[in-house]
This record gives sequence, structure tokens and C-alpha cells, in this order.
Amino acid sequence: MRHSQNNIKTLQRYYHDMLLIRRFEEKVLSFFDVSNKNKIFGTTHVYIGQEAVAVGVCSKLRQNDFITSTHRGHGHFLAKGGDPARIMAELFGKVTGYSKGKGGTQHMGDLSIGHLGSNGITGGGLPIATGAGFSIQYQKQDQVVVCFFGDGAANEGMFHESLNMAAIWSLPIIFICENNLYAMSTPIKNSFSVPDIATRACAYGIEGVIVDGMCVLDVAAKTEAAVEKARGGGGPTLLECKTYRFLGHSKNDLCAYRTREEESEWRKKDPLVQMETCLHHEGMSLQEFTAISNEVNQTIEDAVRFADDSPWPSSQELFTDLYC
Amino acid sequence: MKNVFYLKAIQEALIEEIERDPSVFLMGEDIGEYGGCFGVTRGMLKTFGSKRVVDLPMSETSFMGMAVGAAITGLRPIVEIMFMDFITLSSDAIINHAIKLRYIFGGGVKVPLVIRAPSGAGKRYGSSHSQSLESLFMNFPGLKIVAPSTPADAKGLLKSAIRDDNPVLFIENKGLYWTKGNIPESECLIPIGVANIRREGCDVTIATYSRMVDLALEAAQDLATEGIHVEVLDLRSLAPLDTDTLFNSVSKTGRLVTLEEGYLPTGVGAELSSLVVEHLFSRLKSPIYRIACEAVPIPYSPVLEDLAIPSKDKVIATIKKSCNFQSNTIYVRNKWNHQEHRMDI
Repeated sequence: MRHSQNNIKTLQRYYHDMLLIRRFEEKVLSFFDVSNKNKIFGTTHVYIGQEAVAVGVCSKLRQNDFITSTHRGHGHFLAKGGDPARIMAELFGKVTGYSKGKGGTQHMGDLSIGHLGSNGITGGGLPIATGAGFSIQYQKQDQVVVCFFGDGAANEGMFHESLNMAAIWSLPIIFICENNLYAMSTPIKNSFSVPDIATRACAYGIEGVIVDGMCVLDVAAKTEAAVEKARGGGGPTLLECKTYRFLGHSKNDLCAYRTREEESEWRKKDPLVQMETCLHHEGMSLQEFTAISNEVNQTIEDAVRFADDSPWPSSQELFTDLYC
Repeated sequence: MKNVFYLKAIQEALIEEIERDPSVFLMGEDIGEYGGCFGVTRGMLKTFGSKRVVDLPMSETSFMGMAVGAAITGLRPIVEIMFMDFITLSSDAIINHAIKLRYIFGGGVKVPLVIRAPSGAGKRYGSSHSQSLESLFMNFPGLKIVAPSTPADAKGLLKSAIRDDNPVLFIENKGLYWTKGNIPESECLIPIGVANIRREGCDVTIATYSRMVDLALEAAQDLATEGIHVEVLDLRSLAPLDTDTLFNSVSKTGRLVTLEEGYLPTGVGAELSSLVVEHLFSRLKSPIYRIACEAVPIPYSPVLEDLAIPSKDKVIATIKKSCNFQSNTIYVRNKWNHQEHRMDI
């Protein structure tokens, strides 16, 4: 299938945004390396392998649409328009970070771009997204909310309660379940009685859609339909994006619970490689690829420099921002 | 001034704030047609419609999170927890989200959320419908907690809570709903974080709040006839605590008894006691004594429930113990049968 010039621009944008997330995450991991002086602390959950979901979904959102994110949230933040430099600075624990260094990877957001926060509590974003949807309806706005969560969260009571409330009030929410097959180490086959999480939607009388989470075009198309429905007052949709995290749950996970064969099967569906192939077919030149790659590298480099050069929070920061 | 029930004072605050601010709305289980489990919102659905009085499914875990989501996106939700005991189901949204979001967003968000929680025992409701869990929540930074004892304070503090841009836990005691008191005809906001001396006295301070204030006042009245002058301090706010008023009172009397309806271990009294010892150690003439719900699940049988929760007799006895303190005598409780015995040291 040949794409029009306009569409090629869109494809290039997808490619750029996914590459940005991939390189950002690779950079993040490198800072846990002792040789890199441990610039990032604690733990982190990288998004590598799942980039098509965040990018495809957020490409169909307006700036003032809301998202709630997860523990694996850097990709969502970047795709929603977050500044890589300020995200990196937050991970470095610096005062220029989105949370002035008080939040860290699982606790940051930016209301000005509709990001209601990454979340360290599995499923914690589901009710918050429901509340944001309620707020939109109450204030008669035409925004929508995207609620990102994983397969693990779909077994929390909050999943049931939130989808039920969103359904009974017909709230403008798109529930995006990123099914990467493992809740930390627990495979879905041990924790679900149904093969497809999307089928649970019928329990709430809403539409459940299965999405190829490795294909940004499929994600974008199915999100677009759900967003249109939500914006038009048609209520919530549950999209189950079948995807895979190429790396472990968190930085120290050696993935003993899954096979290398399984990993290499999924690697073949790498959303970035798929998009590269697609763009090659569309006749994108090597120079154009290099240009995108260089631009992304520059952005990441700038982000790291910004984070590095930024000051630590002052001791006064400990007690600010607790109360209004 | 007009004389109204505590419950009515709460309702007046809700009505006035809903009328004043279009972003204020109520959410809770059975608060619409039914009027709330205790009737606090009776008639409000009819007046304000289902947009402002939102009946919720029984989903305490998520509806509290939903209130947080609504609060950070422009609304001012007031959530009714049917019985305070059920707040444990909602605790994740409060502890991990509501009170942290502002801090972890580096100040980039506000969470104007009020949680109304009917607390208190003495109604023979048994162990899951009688607790006063406020001290549990005093452990968490970022939350304000108020616990009014009179209709005027209930109305004034609730209005302040609704206008506050921070999450506020509003403790309304079930045992106070049908008690009466005077409230001003005109608007009167009570600031959060300011205690109130309800009765002045020079011998001993009793620091308490909510329904226990009446018990303290009754005991103080009785003790006055015996020449013991008790200062009754109504804390009104548990977070932030009005330590100035507390310290001034205790530095005057030199004695402190704390009184609460929640459980004794690590309760409000433990916090007050620690603060006073830290700051007024040399002024104390006697140990600080704590009166609270005994450390047992609140029993159903009237005989047992009355033994578990603070009584006037217990308050009087404890105040006397404080006033008659001699440094060579201590009272020790057996850790198994809880009987107190005197020990001379």
C-alpha cells in the first residue's frame, strides 16, 4: 500500500517518536551502570518494545486531552509531549525535573499537557482517569481521557470498579490495556481465566477491541475510532494492545520466567523495525533516516546535558509543595 | 443565632457551598433519594439534581480515586464514606494519591477534596461500624484532619474544608448528629488548625475533640464541685495540630490528660503526649495520662461496649489520678488482663 505525502509525514513522525522513546530508555538504562556513576537511582521500568502503543495512542489526542500513566511511564510522557530534558532531570533527582526531583520515575506528570501522572500503584491510574472523565462530563468539555495500564492492573479490583463506573455514566475514557504478557513475572495464562482481556469489556456493556500493540498503525487507527466515540458522547472503550517488553520488568530482572525463544519471536515484531521497513517501501532515503536518528540523538544528548547541569533541590524543597 | 442539630449544620454547610461554587458536588453511596445512611444529605438530590448529588456504586476503592481525579482536573468533590470504618477500602487513593500528588508534582497540582467520615461508637453497631480511625490518618503528611464537636464548629469547619485546596478528612461523629447547638445566622468560617478552650481551669488540661468534648465538659463540671478545675481543650483540628494553644494550656496547668474515642495504641493521645514531653518536660507536675478506646475490637454487647469506650467515670478517675500524682507511686497495667495495679517505687 502506497501512502500519500501527508501520510508519509505521519509515518515519519511515528518513527521519530518511537525512536525517541527507545533511545531515551536506552540512555536511562546506561545511567544505572556503575561506570556512568549511577546518575539515576532506585529502579526504573523501561518501555522498550512497547513504543507503538504510547505513540499510536497519543498521536490521536489533543494537547488538553488527559492521560494517566503507569510505573512504566516514560514512553507515555514523551508521547504526550513531555520535555525529555525535564523528564531526564527528574530521573536524575534534579530541581529542574517535572517534580523538582521529588517524584522520580513513578511519580511525575504535567497538567499543562494533560498528563495526570505516572503511578507507582498498579491500577492506581484507573480511578483517577475515571475521575478526570467525570470532570470533563461535569464541565461539559469535549476532552477525552486515555488510561494506560498493564495486564497486571486488569486483575486489580480498581479495574472492575472503574470500568463499571465509566460505563454507567458513559464517561469519555479510552482504557488502554498494554498486555505485555507478564505482570512482573506472572504470566497471563496463570492469572486470567480468559485469553483476551478485551473480552472483559462485555461485562460492563462496553466495546472491547483487540489491537496489535506492536503495530503503530493498528494502534492509531483503533484509538482514533475509540477517541471519536468518546468525544461524541459514546462512552468508554477498552482497547487491549497485545505487546511485549523486550527487557525485564525492572532494571534487575533477568527474565528467568520466560524463554529466549519467546523473546526473539517478539523481537521480530519490533515496532521500530516494522516502521523502518514500511518507510523503506515508501522510498524514504538513507539520508532521511540518518537525519531523524541524528535529531533524536541530539535531543537525548541535550536532555542529559540539561539534567547533568541542573542543580540539586535545595534543602528548603523538602517541606515545600506539601500543602497549597 | 439559631439552635440546630449537628447534622443540620453539616447539611447547611453543604447546601451553602454547593450554591456558592458550581465546582462543588457531593458523591457517596445512597446519598441521593435515600439521603445518606444518616440522613445528612436528605432532600438535596431534589434540590440540586443528580449532577451535584452523585449516587455511587459500592466501589469505595475506586470512587475515592475517582474523586482525586476529579479534584485535580477542576472540581471540588465532597465524598461521603458511609461509616468511617469503610475508609480502609478507600485508603490507597487517600494515602498514595490524594495527599502526595501535590508534592510529587512539585507543586504543579492541587487536590481540593473533602472526605466526610462518620466515626464513633456507643451505638451497638459492632466492630466494623463503630471505629474512630482518625489517628491512623494523622500518620500521613499532606492531609488535613478536622473533628468538630459542636454544630457551629461543624458548619464552620466544613465550609473551610470545602474551600481548602488540600485534601481534608472531616470527622463527623455519629453520636453528635442529633445534638443541638447554636450557630450564627450569618456566614461564619472556622479556620482549620485552631483549637478552642471550651472551659478554663488551672489544675489540669484535658485535650480532646469530637464527641469526647461533651464527656470532658461533664466530668469537668462534676470535678469543679470537688475543687478540681479542669481546662477543656477542644482540638477541633488534628492535622495540623494547634500546638500553641496546647502548650499554653499545659504550661499553665502542668498536667495533661488526653481523651479520644479511637484506639489507645499510637493514638492522638500518644502524639500529644510526645509533643508535650518534648516541649514542656520541666513544667509537668504529673505523667500524661491517655484515655481512649481500649485496645480491643469494639464489642457489640452494650455491657462490653460501654467498658471499651471512654466513660465519664473513667475521665474523672483519670483526672484525679493526675492531680493526686506522687512520684513514688506508679500505676501499671497487666499486659494480659489489663488490670491496673499500684506499684510503689
